[in-house]
Amino acid sequence: MTHAAATHHTSMGLDSRKMAFWAFIGSECLLFTSLISTYLVYKGRSVVGPSPHEILNIPFTSVSTFDLLMSSLMMVLALAAVQRGDMKWGKIWLFATALLGLVFLGGQVIEFTEFVHKGLTLQTNLFGCTFFVLTGTHGAHVTVGVLWLLTLWVRALQGKLGPGHALTVEITGLYWHFVDVVWIVIFTVVYLIQ
Amino acid sequence: MKHWITTTDHKRIGLLYFWTAFCFFLIGGLEALLIRLQLAQPNGHLVSAETYNQLFTMHGTTMVFLALMPLSASFFNYIVPLQIGARDVAFPRLNAFSYWVFLLGGLLLNASWLVGPLFQAPHLNVAPDGGWFGYANLTERQFSPGPNIDFWLLGLQILGISSLAAGFNFIVTILNMRAPGMKMLRVPAFSWMTLVTQFLVITAFPVITVGLVFLMFDRFFGTHFYVTAAGATPLLWQHLFWLFGHPEVYILILPAMGIVSEVLPTFARKPLFGYTVVVFSGVLIGFMGWGVWSHHMFSVGLGPIADSVFAGTTMLIAVPTGVKIFNWIATLWGGDIRGTTALHFAVGFIAMFIIGGLSGVTHASPPADLQQTDTYYVVAHIHYVLFGGTVLGLFAGIYYWWPKMTGRLLSEPLGKWHFWLTFLGMNLAFFPMHLIGLLGMPRRIYTYSPDLGVSALNLVSTLGAFLIAVAILVFLVNVLRTRTHGRPAPNDPWGGATLEWSIPSPPPVYNFSVIPTVANRLPRWKTEHHEPMRDPPAVPPAPIHVPDGSWWPLVAALGLPVLALAPLTHTLWLAFLGAAILLVGIYRWAFEPFDV
Amino acid sequence: MPRYRLCLLTVALAVSGCGGPFPQSTLEPRSDFGWAIDHLFTDIFWWAAGVFLVVETLLVVTLIRFRHREGRPAPRPTHGHTVMEIAWTLAPAVILVFVAVPTVRTIFATAGEAPADALKVDVIGHQWWWEFQYPELGLVTANELHLPLGRPVQLSITSADVIHSFWAPTLGGKRDAIPGRVNRIAFRADSVGDYSGQCAEFCGASHANMRLRVVVDSDSGFGRWATVQLAGPAAPAPGTLAERGKAVFARSACLGCHTIQGVSPGIIGPNLTHVGGRTTIASGLFPNDSAHLASWIADAPSLKPGSLMTRMQPPLTDADIAALVAYLASLR
Repeated sequence: MTHAAATHHTSMGLDSRKMAFWAFIGSECLLFTSLISTYLVYKGRSVVGPSPHEILNIPFTSVSTFDLLMSSLMMVLALAAVQRGDMKWGKIWLFATALLGLVFLGGQVIEFTEFVHKGLTLQTNLFGCTFFVLTGTHGAHVTVGVLWLLTLWVRALQGKLGPGHALTVEITGLYWHFVDVVWIVIFTVVYLIQ
Repeated sequence: MKHWITTTDHKRIGLLYFWTAFCFFLIGGLEALLIRLQLAQPNGHLVSAETYNQLFTMHGTTMVFLALMPLSASFFNYIVPLQIGARDVAFPRLNAFSYWVFLLGGLLLNASWLVGPLFQAPHLNVAPDGGWFGYANLTERQFSPGPNIDFWLLGLQILGISSLAAGFNFIVTILNMRAPGMKMLRVPAFSWMTLVTQFLVITAFPVITVGLVFLMFDRFFGTHFYVTAAGATPLLWQHLFWLFGHPEVYILILPAMGIVSEVLPTFARKPLFGYTVVVFSGVLIGFMGWGVWSHHMFSVGLGPIADSVFAGTTMLIAVPTGVKIFNWIATLWGGDIRGTTALHFAVGFIAMFIIGGLSGVTHASPPADLQQTDTYYVVAHIHYVLFGGTVLGLFAGIYYWWPKMTGRLLSEPLGKWHFWLTFLGMNLAFFPMHLIGLLGMPRRIYTYSPDLGVSALNLVSTLGAFLIAVAILVFLVNVLRTRTHGRPAPNDPWGGATLEWSIPSPPPVYNFSVIPTVANRLPRWKTEHHEPMRDPPAVPPAPIHVPDGSWWPLVAALGLPVLALAPLTHTLWLAFLGAAILLVGIYRWAFEPFDV
Repeated sequence: MPRYRLCLLTVALAVSGCGGPFPQSTLEPRSDFGWAIDHLFTDIFWWAAGVFLVVETLLVVTLIRFRHREGRPAPRPTHGHTVMEIAWTLAPAVILVFVAVPTVRTIFATAGEAPADALKVDVIGHQWWWEFQYPELGLVTANELHLPLGRPVQLSITSADVIHSFWAPTLGGKRDAIPGRVNRIAFRADSVGDYSGQCAEFCGASHANMRLRVVVDSDSGFGRWATVQLAGPAAPAPGTLAERGKAVFARSACLGCHTIQGVSPGIIGPNLTHVGGRTTIASGLFPNDSAHLASWIADAPSLKPGSLMTRMQPPLTDADIAALVAYLASLR
């Protein structure tokens, strides 16, 4: 990842990669808004069961949500460590973030499997369609984030990621926090407000 | 050859966009001619119903996504960095990626014309046949079992990635790569409209992406997003499609408006009248474009209140549009108007766009629209907007910037022939469609009864379409002739005010030998307030680093069509192969030493 | 006939060299719904025409007056004018108010509400034909909608498969036929006549062939038609070709899709109980005569692409087809 762009003259005083990333996040907002709106529009319109309250396991997903929130905290710590040049802790926190991300994904796999056993698949009803596509899209985003974090971690282990790459870590963090925030919205809309 | 494949130079990518999009424009035009031949007389039987449905679907899809958008993109690429005084775009390799994804997506879509036998289809072609608007539930597997719609939805998904990547790139380029002193209100109108367009792209494309993902899941994985029996409604698609589709109209027209705002001042030798108002009305159009989507759905029966609201927002959007037109005329007023070909096309844009805008007002009124929507009246409207508007505007840009992009001036006499044939042809082709529609002929029908009384009008329209084809041939002759006989272009053949005219034609790879410092909005003109700037020296005073090319954007782009082939051919390993190619491309790209 | 229509039609005539008739013209309304839209369109048309003339004239005058001449002094670099900007922002806004007010009024006036005495008809779009049900009269027909002149009508429009759009232009605007949803339009025809229309939303291979006819008859004429429709089909006389045709119908695949009252219960295709009384077949594509009926039965998809009425396997003999035609023609 080149950091040459950072040394360039920029009109807005903001690094170009960071600006592009904010634009990307804006675009992603529209993606998730469309998905969540569809979930809401189709809520209660399934002609056969099972319905959300028969399926959703709020305590279990609360733990997942907490796990993802904690991963955001780890991400903050990772960035802080890299920024102050403490690569030892930088590596630890990066790995911890990725690990918590993996735990979340594991939770999603368990959750999906359980739902399928309870009789809710992608094809069962509108709830199944909208639920799996919405949370699956989010899960895909988490997967990309985990791959990205692990890449940084490996680079750090190889000694190729140093304090000079703080901006790279910061952008990774932006992505990770965004994915986390989206989950908070999904958790609220899908799980808590039934 | 390798230099073109691995290029990250915005100028080369701009030319690649231009020629690729122009080829698709010719293909889309050929489809239009076949459509017009079929309709030249009632009960036409040149092509079958199935083929006709593919022709109009691919004509619309091609013109919107493969011709007009990327032709605008060729100017974004070539001209915007020059106008804002930059050495390149913010992310040159991402720019190359956008181009390759566009090319591959376009090839995938058009491959559907030839690969029928591979899908055990009885015909040569399995091209998309659900209309460019692909209304669910007709596009569901139950009603469209073949691979036709699969090609369409996968092709559009891929093209969306290209547009989104370019969108992020150009937003950052325009906001962040401006030459010193170029405040936002000194940015040339074309670059401003590019910026607004890109904001529309990055907000509108995610919405259609979601609509297409639902359709993909319905078709491949048996979900029920648009299945009535499961409690869903096909109207969800219409909302998602038009939430994207109306901003898309502005994505198509705003760049052309930007071009006109550059061409008129140059040839009237007068600054753009009300620059700030023109810019902000463009921004306003961008915003308001989000609040009007349901005017495509007045016949759906959304209820009188929704219809009234959307009628109101739609009529309101006419106001900033009208403001732009008045400012353009005021730009010409009091000028010293040189009738170059570029000016002809720019004025043609205004004259024709007015007609498209006014017919638009007639169907902004829902009851009137109930007699107009889905008829040839609407076909006339969109062609006055997208041909009379966008295409004429793009040709204005082509004649204006051709010397900058190629170093040679297109022939003016041939250009005038091109313009007048186009002008006559388009009015012959599209004006009768107003009447054809009002006399009751629906659109998207492969045949019509002689009893409708519209046979002669249809014949006239067909003749007009062929006149347009002749005009395009004249343009191609002009291009070919210019390659060998064209007058070499100086830095500034027209006396332009903006930075692209301060450097050689075509510009050197580094664009500016010295990045200029901009002190006002019309740097190269003398006004009552300032003298013209001094152009950068012909030879750079210090060596300029130019980045090498890269293979990896192309490799990453190749992963996408391979991924798309997996569902098309129901072959799982292709999905893994595609993902692997994409990942390798992205990783190698990310860790490649590359200095901008 | 308002003047603008004369203008439009004159242009049409000039280019086409013929004067119609234009059976699907939106400019010759024959119902209150049609007239309401027509008045509104006339208003908007004149505003648009006025704006068109003013702006295009301004453009042309500017181009001529300020065209390049040798020795013309360099233009004064004006940058803008606030008062003018405000003026040409307000001008279109004011004009749009004059368009918006009658628009909203017409929207609510044509929202599909019908008086209590309205004749209610359910319109169901199918790929690619129209089904018309008269719930109060208990009768079902296809592709030819019969209406009385003296009563307001309310159509409840829906679809059995994909989205269609019901459009009989002379009688008013179109409404989409959407599966899982009912849309209503209401109107009162103002003269007796035979009006044509067709599907206006792209609905697949034979979208172009999904036509319809609306027959507006005097109240007594409509009553006579309804009485005939309500009666069961006439039994063919013994020993006739038609009787043989009935037997063919009863032993072939026909009955799986078509209803003939008292004979077969199929509901996939049009109800044929009184098919002999219709003027066209194949949803308005061909005149209802024995030659067309015979070729239609023999091979519908070749006449109407995508038709769900496939060729029968094994094919019917010519004699069987002739008998079927005789039978169907007898179902008046």
